Amino acid sequence: MVEQVTPTEFMQESAILDLIDGMASQLKLHLQQNRISDPAMIGIHTGGVWIAEKLHEKLAISDPLGTLNISFYRDDFSRIGINPKVNPSNIPFEVEDKHIILVDDVLQTGRTIRAAMNEIFDFGRPASILFATLIEKDGRELPIEAGVVGLKPMLKQKDYLSLTGPSPLSLVIGRKTPDGDES
Amino acid sequence: MRHHNHQLTEDGKLKHFLSIEGLNKNLLTEILDLAESFTSLADQGRSVKKVPLLRGKTITNLFFENSTRTRTTFELAAKRLSADVLNLNISTSATSKGESLLDTLRNLEAMHCDMFVVRHASSGAAHFIASHCAPHISVVNAGDGSHSHPTQAMLDMLTIRQHKEDFTPLRVAIVGDILHSRVARSQILALNTLGVSEVRVIAPRTLLPYDARSMGVHVFTDLHEGIRDVDVIIMLRLQKERMTGALLPSEHEYFNLYGLTEDKLHLAKPDVIVMHPGPINRGVEMDSAVADGEHSVILEQVSNGIAIRMAVMSMCLGSRQESQRKEETA
Repeated sequence: MVEQVTPTEFMQESAILDLIDGMASQLKLHLQQNRISDPAMIGIHTGGVWIAEKLHEKLAISDPLGTLNISFYRDDFSRIGINPKVNPSNIPFEVEDKHIILVDDVLQTGRTIRAAMNEIFDFGRPASILFATLIEKDGRELPIEAGVVGLKPMLKQKDYLSLTGPSPLSLVIGRKTPDGDES
Repeated sequence: MRHHNHQLTEDGKLKHFLSIEGLNKNLLTEILDLAESFTSLADQGRSVKKVPLLRGKTITNLFFENSTRTRTTFELAAKRLSADVLNLNISTSATSKGESLLDTLRNLEAMHCDMFVVRHASSGAAHFIASHCAPHISVVNAGDGSHSHPTQAMLDMLTIRQHKEDFTPLRVAIVGDILHSRVARSQILALNTLGVSEVRVIAPRTLLPYDARSMGVHVFTDLHEGIRDVDVIIMLRLQKERMTGALLPSEHEYFNLYGLTEDKLHLAKPDVIVMHPGPINRGVEMDSAVADGEHSVILEQVSNGIAIRMAVMSMCLGSRQESQRKEETA
């Protein structure tokens, strides 16, 4: 089903770390402007967690980092079945009334974020959710927007960006049939 | 070429879960991995302890034989996956009015059920239903006669893995009524498939099947000898309701010879875990001190039962959708 052209490196770790620095500054500004003093952070497995780990440290967030695996919340279970290797979600803080920064690597259709928000609400009712993504691509299928974006590169619709890591981090570009794309 | 197993789709995914037989190590490990990730739903600060995976699906518990615990955990597993659950106690429903089993199935199919969870006193009942129901329906065996009880075996495997990590070096002893136990049969298959170093069965001769040795186990009739240096002891329930005739002199005599006590437990490895599928006959299969003691993992087995049943249900219904979709697009 997946027709993958030889993947080529789109961005190296040093440039990715620069983007993460930029995201951290944007986040600080946002928190200041909205008078949020004690936010919590959640990364989406797997790439989002790698980005979130770095942001979590840079922002010196006091609550430990939460991780989310949205496999059980996907809207395509009835089409593609289940992935048996699922790292469980782990939210080591009280979600109720918390300002949450949700982090992922690539935003495209918005379906992952829809699933992630549904799962977060099963833990409690947050005061707010801000979404931060390393890469923003065109192709939204749901009314979902990122509050903080590392980079919005000029890419063709079919170009498929994925983050490999965790060390070194690298953004790889390949081409996928639209069928397999679910970022 | 792979021998075609009735339980699998053409691309080797689980469609029905009827028996451990014919399932390979990878597939058993997949079930354990998925179940492990479902165990996290129970703890943490989750205010909603369920996921929307099987939303809109209908699962019917067809219990031809009573079992409160198994039915409850299947029901809870289905509900944690957001499926709708129908509990049918067949002995008190239409069959007693003369409706045949196949007619009952046809009626349930017409109500658009997606899965049958079947418990029956006859061996092979779940296989029979799987081979006669509509192709879009998955069947899970919740215990058939003295044949098999695969979800119980898998929840035991999950409990063992949580304590021992690797199956390879393990020595596992199964003690008690091997003859009448569908649980033991499924456990022996699962343990051997997962590659433990030794499976022992320990029982009086009257409670051993005549072909015990051919099941890939070492047979012991002496408990002291059998549990020496084992890593895991699985005690079985004495199936009084399945016993006909005088297989045992008395429960008291059985406890003296085969009951697990703290004294005897010292013969096993110091970090041995003690398991029991429940319900325990205290003072018959084991002492209360052992059942409630530090080596006992009996209550963990119960929680793991929900996770294993969630894993099996979502794998069966997920694979079905995938192969159906392939047929549609082909």
